[in-house]
Amino acid sequence: MEMIHLKINGIPVEVPAGSTVLEAAKAANVDIPTLCYLKDVNCIGACRICVVEITGARGLVAACTHPAAEGMEVFTNTPKVRKSRKTTLELLLSNHKKKCLSCVRANNCELQKLSVAYGADEDRFQAEEMDKPIDDSTPFLVRDNNKCIQCMRCVAACKNVQSVSVIGNIRRGFNVHVGSAFDAPLASTACVGCGQCIVSCPVGALTEKSSEKKVWDAIADPEKKVIFFTAPSIRATLGEEFGNPIGTNVEGKMVAAIRRLGPDQVFNMDVTADLTIVEEANELIERITKGGTLPMFTSCCPGWVKFCEHYYPDFLPHLSSCKSPQQMFGAVLKSYYAQKNNIDPKNLFVVSVIPCTAKKFEVTREEQRNGDFDDVDVALTTRELGRMIREAGIDFNSLPDEKFDDPFEVASGAGAIFGATGGVMEAALRTAAVKLDGKCEALEFTEVRGTKGIKEASYTVGGVNVKVAVASGLANARELIDGIIKGEKDYQFVEIMACPGGCINGGGQPVQSDSVRNFVDLKAIRAKALYDADSSMELRMSHESPVMDLLYNEFFEAPGAHNAHKYLHTTYVPRGKYPEN
Amino acid sequence: MTIEELNKIKVAKADIVKVRTIIAEEGEKLAKETGYRKQVLVCGGTGCQSSHSMDVLKALKDELAAQGIADEILVVRTGCFGLCSLGPIVIVYPEGAFYAQATPEGIKRIVDEHLVKGEICKDLLYKETVHEDGSIISLYETNFYRKQKRIALRNCGVIDPEDIEEYIATDGYQALYKVLDSMTPDEVVNEVLESGIRGRGGAGFPTGRKWMFTKDAPGDVKYVACNADEGDPGAFMDRSILEGDPHAVIEAMTIASYAVGAHQGYVYVRAEYPVAVNRLQIALDQAREYGLLGKNILGKGHDFDIEIRLGAGAFVCGEETALLTSIEGNRGEPRPRPPFPAVKGLFGKPTLLNNVETYANIAQIIRKGASWYNAMGTEKSKGTKVFALGGKITNVGLVEIPMGTTLREIIEEIGGGIPDGKAFKAAQTGGPSGGCIPAQHIDTPIDYESLAALGSMMGSGGLIVMDEDNCMVDVSKFYLNFTVDESCGKCTPCRVGTRKLLQLLEKITDGKGEMEDLEKIQDLATHMKTSSLCALGQSAPNPVLSTLQYFGDEYLAHIKDKRCPSGVCKNLLQYEIIADKCKGCTLCARNCPANAITGTVKNPHVIDTTKCIKCGVCMNNCKFGAIIKK
Amino acid sequence: MTEKTVIPFQGTPEQEAQLKEVIAKHHDQPGGLMPTLQEAQGIYGYLPIEVQKMIADGLGVSLSEVFGVATFYSQFSLTPKGKHRISVCLGTACYVKGSDKILEAVEAKLGIKSGECTADGMFSIDSCRCVGACGLAPVMLVDEDVYGKLKPDQVAKILDSYK
Repeated sequence: MEMIHLKINGIPVEVPAGSTVLEAAKAANVDIPTLCYLKDVNCIGACRICVVEITGARGLVAACTHPAAEGMEVFTNTPKVRKSRKTTLELLLSNHKKKCLSCVRANNCELQKLSVAYGADEDRFQAEEMDKPIDDSTPFLVRDNNKCIQCMRCVAACKNVQSVSVIGNIRRGFNVHVGSAFDAPLASTACVGCGQCIVSCPVGALTEKSSEKKVWDAIADPEKKVIFFTAPSIRATLGEEFGNPIGTNVEGKMVAAIRRLGPDQVFNMDVTADLTIVEEANELIERITKGGTLPMFTSCCPGWVKFCEHYYPDFLPHLSSCKSPQQMFGAVLKSYYAQKNNIDPKNLFVVSVIPCTAKKFEVTREEQRNGDFDDVDVALTTRELGRMIREAGIDFNSLPDEKFDDPFEVASGAGAIFGATGGVMEAALRTAAVKLDGKCEALEFTEVRGTKGIKEASYTVGGVNVKVAVASGLANARELIDGIIKGEKDYQFVEIMACPGGCINGGGQPVQSDSVRNFVDLKAIRAKALYDADSSMELRMSHESPVMDLLYNEFFEAPGAHNAHKYLHTTYVPRGKYPEN
Repeated sequence: MTIEELNKIKVAKADIVKVRTIIAEEGEKLAKETGYRKQVLVCGGTGCQSSHSMDVLKALKDELAAQGIADEILVVRTGCFGLCSLGPIVIVYPEGAFYAQATPEGIKRIVDEHLVKGEICKDLLYKETVHEDGSIISLYETNFYRKQKRIALRNCGVIDPEDIEEYIATDGYQALYKVLDSMTPDEVVNEVLESGIRGRGGAGFPTGRKWMFTKDAPGDVKYVACNADEGDPGAFMDRSILEGDPHAVIEAMTIASYAVGAHQGYVYVRAEYPVAVNRLQIALDQAREYGLLGKNILGKGHDFDIEIRLGAGAFVCGEETALLTSIEGNRGEPRPRPPFPAVKGLFGKPTLLNNVETYANIAQIIRKGASWYNAMGTEKSKGTKVFALGGKITNVGLVEIPMGTTLREIIEEIGGGIPDGKAFKAAQTGGPSGGCIPAQHIDTPIDYESLAALGSMMGSGGLIVMDEDNCMVDVSKFYLNFTVDESCGKCTPCRVGTRKLLQLLEKITDGKGEMEDLEKIQDLATHMKTSSLCALGQSAPNPVLSTLQYFGDEYLAHIKDKRCPSGVCKNLLQYEIIADKCKGCTLCARNCPANAITGTVKNPHVIDTTKCIKCGVCMNNCKFGAIIKK
Repeated sequence: MTEKTVIPFQGTPEQEAQLKEVIAKHHDQPGGLMPTLQEAQGIYGYLPIEVQKMIADGLGVSLSEVFGVATFYSQFSLTPKGKHRISVCLGTACYVKGSDKILEAVEAKLGIKSGECTADGMFSIDSCRCVGACGLAPVMLVDEDVYGKLKPDQVAKILDSYK
């Protein structure tokens, strides 16, 4: 690799050719603030907070886009630079709804952090009217453009990362704002609800639609039996809400904390991840052996399912008919569990804790309603759970480790890795191999691991060569599907997760600021926590879980049998690009 | 087409065009040899067309036909002559008789008396061309033309832009042949470098270096683009060149394509310029038909073609990266540089981008040599510059002057001074990116450096003259309003900064200004200049800074005395009826839209200042001069 | 919200056929969105959501990108224009000669603001930046007709002549 040499504030550094000034500064342990720049998402040099002085350059230069060059002299901390950054902040603050005290991003707001650092005066310039409409039309997201600072990260996440592009820049100049075409409510667009825009937002302009109050009300309601269950990836990320290093597995404290919020039961959603695998592996084998529609696509990711419904409605027969683990869990609770414990399912209040905003839409799906109620009442993001724990005054980090409640406590390592890209595929391959070959020799399918956007592999299972592919990030999914449609690609089984890296990087996960994301691969570190959990478990395969025996023996009979079909499988709705609502 | 065929056309048409450049006896003689005893040139530029010159042209043709002399008289519809305020303009050769503000009725007289009977209609001539003794001079001898040096505009108002052969007759496409036949790309680039020509679109970057960078950039696919998105309101040089001499641009772009190794060109032109677009399209079609564009140009193995792309009303698209982004079909938002377009431009490929006026000089530089060109102008600014004179000046129009000409020469001699005996206050150059030059600097020789030193800039060449009635705070506000409207909104300093700057100016013109606002303005302006993403934001504060520098007292009058010395800023004005002069005619009261004036017949009236909306209708209507504003 | 088209879309099958031709023509052209929008506005007079959807689908870009481009450039209109389109030049040359007063006079006469259309659909007003007729400043255009060296009190009579 060609290396170049330059000086940052007089400190000599050597960096690979092609590095930006921002990256070179980091190599010299000099942090340059950013607002619009977000690695792998947005690089447009627009906010001008990262300006630096470069000897010989006219004016100040944006470090995020400016290439480092041999012999360059960069100064990141001159009076001119500091003054410019301060003025930029003051300009942004003049057009920002400063409800900072109660903003959900308080203490985790990049604008606030910088305003403090640079001593910006929020009243220096005439404040604008804060009268832009708030869009809370969807069940999963709230956009308050009064807080928006036009960094364009959300637009880039939607367009570049997800190829969804339902939001964009509208008008120009001071009137420019982010929104959907014709300023239509987001609910009327083909938004998939992935929430990547939210985790990209440096301020509080984008947040999930909060369901916390509903949950508090249910807990306080003596009529309700409240059940929480947590998705596989939550254990790997919730700790970040309480200052733990990224990638800390806090499963025990998580269970303890939820229990202290006051619900009746705390269950492990890995159980229905296992259940999904058993059903899905069965479906895959049936499709392969009986000539069903192939390739079969996983259906556990609600962002991906909605994406397919909007953009590839003809492709819906390829989706596995399995409900997602969240929805399976809800169905299990309100059917089997309710019957067994003699509870009227109407009095069961089921709360999932998920890394995802699309799941807030999933719980409202008409076609997955169980008679006159939803199987899952509320889907809470990792962030909402974090807020509830704080609100309840629970000292998270001092909690003892506790276990999930019976009977949905034990699950396999295969269920745990559901939360990372390739995890569902690997879990399914383990079970399919055993079902077809009677054994699974190598438990780790490393080809489908890792944070690469598209991964391909082929395995011989049951004497058949099975070609598989894994994509995360919907732009990658689109590329994969377009390849299949054009006949360039041919697979039997494909796993798609809407968020890059899978659920561990979901739109409902703790927001890590640009200063972290620009230099650290969040996805890889969080995923490692799940793979470590898997490898440390004795139970590695979904179908070997004793809970599966319990469920099939007592209720579902066999994979794909009548009850299984009734409660664990679903259908999809072609929605088109312009759903309107 | 071969060079022989090209030369054949040139020879056949040369004399016809030459008649329009030589006057008096010589011209008489030549005119007869061409088969047309007279040529009538009618300006078909946008300015004259707006004054209905096409009605004049039609009347002319009808009358010639009616008189049965259509065969003897050549009628030519040309591009812009430059004296737009006198339009529609008609010139009759070989005399060079310059008829101003022609009408269909007047044209009948011209046919009758001048073309048939040989008697010039002196009363219809531009008065500057008629001496007191009744003798007439040609247009070229007037003050307006004498100090000009027309290179980029050489064919404007001279040839028929819709006839490629007239361009060929004036040595058109000879430079292209020279380049393709006998020069290497390096030699072409060197010639342009040597000439010293700098970009005429604004910043004045040396053109030859742009050519060199693009030539040297690695890549098989490259583009040549022309910036014809003339957004500076009040500037229309590029439009006039496209309307009057489109082939000059086509030839230059083709030369450039050979030099840098490109095969596809784009002209990005404002959609507000329908006439220019139409003429350019005709010229492109003709060039293709004549083998001067397309495959194997002039049989020399070089391929190049040009596509027109229309702008859609965004000033920022005059910025080079925004222009390229717009051609790519996107919102015209600028991109950070580097990478520069010469390395990574249109569709990610190396792209050469020059503006219309720059290109219009190229063929002549190649044909006559760099040393011919760099002999003109000042040390660092070579050649000539076209300016669009506008505002409070007698000869509104287009002029081309050698670099180094003083502002005084332009305004007083070429421009004919300020009308209505008003005093010159300032000249604004560079439009919304530029600044103003006050009366004390009127003797500054104009070039890139001197304008920058005065806090203004060359810009694309708009030159707006202001007199004592213009309030300089209001003028800054006007430009800021423009940049607020036209900012793309991408970067913070420009998107929010322009707005805050405008709010501060509004506060001042509303009479609510405080001294600390001036400090804020300075601070904000400095911030925008150093930290904006593109030249639009970086230069947006210039009009404010330069008026603040030269007319600080006007700002102070607004802030401290709550007074607008020029009587422009409404909120600082009061209308008052002088009781002694008021005859009580009631006219003012009857016309007041706000019913703010009361009074009875034959008694002095009074204005209720709380109701008055300061529209000025009363003052305009008062026959007795009894209403004043203060 | 703000940009909603209030007047119902009344596109004809002929217009749709024309638009499809335009889309086909620009489909494979690099950067074909701008010319497509320009020609589409030529066909319909404005760019309602129905037209923008056809363009988005035809060119394979998202509707939000089409809308983003359509709202970036001032020449694209999301609402229909009046039968007679008035355009007052607010370029510098016209402004220093008082074209703001001309605009005020037009607005006062028609009772609407710049950017709006009269209720009877007869007139719409826009301001523009320099039509290049600086020699005639201040300038107003009604459709293709240019009125130069205008005074505010001439406006009413000119507009009456279009009724």
